[in-house]
Amino acid sequence: MSILINNKTLAICQGFTGSQATLHCSQAIEYGTNIVGGVTPGKAGQVHLDRPVFDKVSQAVEETGADTSLIFVPAPFCKNSINDALDSGIKLIIVITEGIPTLDMLYLKAKADEMDVRIIGPNCPGLITPGEAKLGIMPAEIHSKGKIGIVSRSGTLTYEAVDQTTQTGLGQSSCVGIGGDPIPGSSFIDILEMFEKDTETEGIVMVGEIGGTAEEEAAEFIQEKISKPVVSYIAGVSAPPGKRMGHAGAIISGGKGTAEDKFKALEKAGVRIVKSPAEIGEAILEEIS
Amino acid sequence: MNLHEYQAKSLFRDFGLPVSKSEIIFSESDIDGAVSNLNVKKFVVKAQVHAGGRGKAGGVILSESIKEIREFCSKWLGKNMVTYQTDSKGQPVSCILLEECTDIERELYLGLVIDRSSKSIAVIASPDGGVDIESVAENSPEKIFKVFLNSSNQIQKEEIKIISDGLELNQSQYIEFSELIKNLIRLFTEKDFSLIEINPLVVNTEGRLNCLDGKINVDSNALYRQEALSKMRDISQEEKLELEASKWGLNYVTLDGSVGCMVNGAGLAMGTMDIIKLYGGFPANFLDVGGAVNRESVTEAFKIIVSDSKVKSILINIFGGIVRCDVVAEGIVSAMQDVGIEIPVVVRLKGNNAEVAKDILEKSRLNIFSELDLSLAAKKVVELSK
Repeated sequence: MSILINNKTLAICQGFTGSQATLHCSQAIEYGTNIVGGVTPGKAGQVHLDRPVFDKVSQAVEETGADTSLIFVPAPFCKNSINDALDSGIKLIIVITEGIPTLDMLYLKAKADEMDVRIIGPNCPGLITPGEAKLGIMPAEIHSKGKIGIVSRSGTLTYEAVDQTTQTGLGQSSCVGIGGDPIPGSSFIDILEMFEKDTETEGIVMVGEIGGTAEEEAAEFIQEKISKPVVSYIAGVSAPPGKRMGHAGAIISGGKGTAEDKFKALEKAGVRIVKSPAEIGEAILEEIS
Repeated sequence: MNLHEYQAKSLFRDFGLPVSKSEIIFSESDIDGAVSNLNVKKFVVKAQVHAGGRGKAGGVILSESIKEIREFCSKWLGKNMVTYQTDSKGQPVSCILLEECTDIERELYLGLVIDRSSKSIAVIASPDGGVDIESVAENSPEKIFKVFLNSSNQIQKEEIKIISDGLELNQSQYIEFSELIKNLIRLFTEKDFSLIEINPLVVNTEGRLNCLDGKINVDSNALYRQEALSKMRDISQEEKLELEASKWGLNYVTLDGSVGCMVNGAGLAMGTMDIIKLYGGFPANFLDVGGAVNRESVTEAFKIIVSDSKVKSILINIFGGIVRCDVVAEGIVSAMQDVGIEIPVVVRLKGNNAEVAKDILEKSRLNIFSELDLSLAAKKVVELSK
C-alpha cells in the first residue's frame, strides 16, 4: 500500500504540451507512471509524448478513464482548469503551479471539499510513491521504496528529508508536498491521517515552516490520532520577524506562528523534533527502531 | 503588496465607506492648496509610510495652524520614520495626508483577513479599537468578535447583528454598519485583498461611523488582474537590494550576520540559515535562487551577497533536482571568476552528478571548499566567517 497514488493510478496532465509539463511528464512516464493523456485547450487531436491530447478534461476522462490530474497550467488560468477537473469526475488534483490568487483557492477548496475531491498544492513539488508512480517535479533518483511517509510544506527541504531517509536505508512509502500557499488544497492533518491508516508506513516525517498555524493544528491532531512515530523539523528559527502591517493576523491566530511556537506545540504532542535539517534521517531511524 | 492609508481611503470612498474629507501633500508646494481646499478649522496631519505605529513615532499630529502643518511636512517629507513595526532604518515618508479632524466618541476595531485555519474570510471586530488592540485580543478575548464568511463570501443578517452588537452600536449605527460591512466585503473580494484593517473605526460625536485609518494588503498573486492597484505600488517602501534581486528572480532578504547564503528553495534557504545559527554563526542574508539555477542567476546572486561588506564567507547549498550538479558547479566557478570573489566559499551540491561537480570545484583553484555533508558544510562556513 501507499497513499494517494500507486501503479494503478491513471493520470492526465493539464497544460500537457507546455515545456515544464513536457519535461516532468516524460520523466514520470519513464518512472513507470500511468500518464494516459493530456489536456491543452485548442490542441485536441494532437499526440504528445505518445499520448492523446484533449480540449477538455471531460473528454480525456471519457476516453482514458483517468481519475487523477496533474496541473502545470499558468496561474491566471488555474481556476478554470481546476474547475474543469472538478466538474469532470477527477478525484485527485495535483497543482504544481505557483502564484494562484488566494481568493481563487478559497473558492476551489470549498468546492472540492463539497465534492469530496482531494487537491494537493498549489505551489508544491507534487507527490511520489517510490517504485510505483511519480506525479510532480521531484528528482526520482533520490527516492527509494520503503516505510517512511513524508509530508512537507517546502520543496527542496522535502528532497533533503527524502535523501536522508534513503541514506539510512528506510526508504519512503509516499512523499507529499502540500505547498506553502495560505490556502492549500490539503493540510498536514489530511496527509497524516492517510499515513496513519497506511499499513506500509511505519514512521512519519513532517517538515514545516514558520507562518500560519498549520503545524500547531497538526500537533494537536498527532497527540490525539497518530500512533506512529513522527519526526518534525520546522524551518525558520533564524528568520527575523517580518515587517508586518496591522494586527489582524496576530488576533486571528492567537499566536505569531514562529518556529519556536511550533516546535513547542509539536514537542508537547510527543513528536520528536530536530533543530537541524541535516538530522531528520537519523532521528526517524532512532524513533522506529 | 501594501497600500498607503491615503490609497486605502480613496478605495473606501469609491466603495461608499465613510471617510473624512482629505487632501494629499507630495511636496511643500501642495500645502497651501490642500489647506484651502479642505476649508476646515482643525486638521489631522498624517505621514504616509508602510508601517503601523506612526502615532507613537510622531508621525501624526492634530493642528489648527498652517505654520505647524508646514513644519510637520518639512520635517517628514522624504525622511525615514522608525516605528516599532519597521526595522532600525525605518521607512521613507512618501507623502502626507491632510484630513478634516473628527471629534471622536469611541474607537472601534474592524478587520477582514483571509484566515488559513477556517479557509474563509474572517471578519474581526472589537469595541476596544486603537493602538492596543493586540493586548485586548490577548488579555480580554471576550472583547473580540469574529465571523467567518461562507463560501460565497456573503455575510448573513444574523452575523452582521453579532458584530454590530459586539461593537455596541445603537439602532441607527447598526443600519449604517450593515451597509459599511457589505461594502467592505465587496471591496475585499473585488480587489483581491488579503487584509483590510480599519483601526480605528470611530463613532464620532454626532453618533456616526467613520473610517479613521485604513491598512490594506493586496494579494500579490492577483496583481495581474488588478491593474489599477498595481499602479499604486510604492517601490520607495521596498528594500533596494531586495528589489534588485527580484528582477533576477532571486528572493533576497538582508540580515545582520557574516555568513552569506545562496540556496535553491525558500524552505531549504531557511533551513540553511537555521543550521548556520545552530553551529554558532550568523547568516548575512536569506537568498533563494529559485528553480532555475544557472550561470546568470548565480552571478547576480554573488554580486548581491558581496555588496554587503559584513559578509566574511559564503555557503552555497543547492539540492540539484532538475538541474545537474556539474552544470551548477561550472556556473559557480565562472560566476566567481566574473565577479572576482575572494572570500572563502563553501559549496554543498547534492543530487545528480554531485561527485563530478565536486571535482570541477576542487580543480578550479578558487577559494572554494566543496563538501557533500550539510552539517560539515555549515561548520566549515561558520569557522571561516570568524
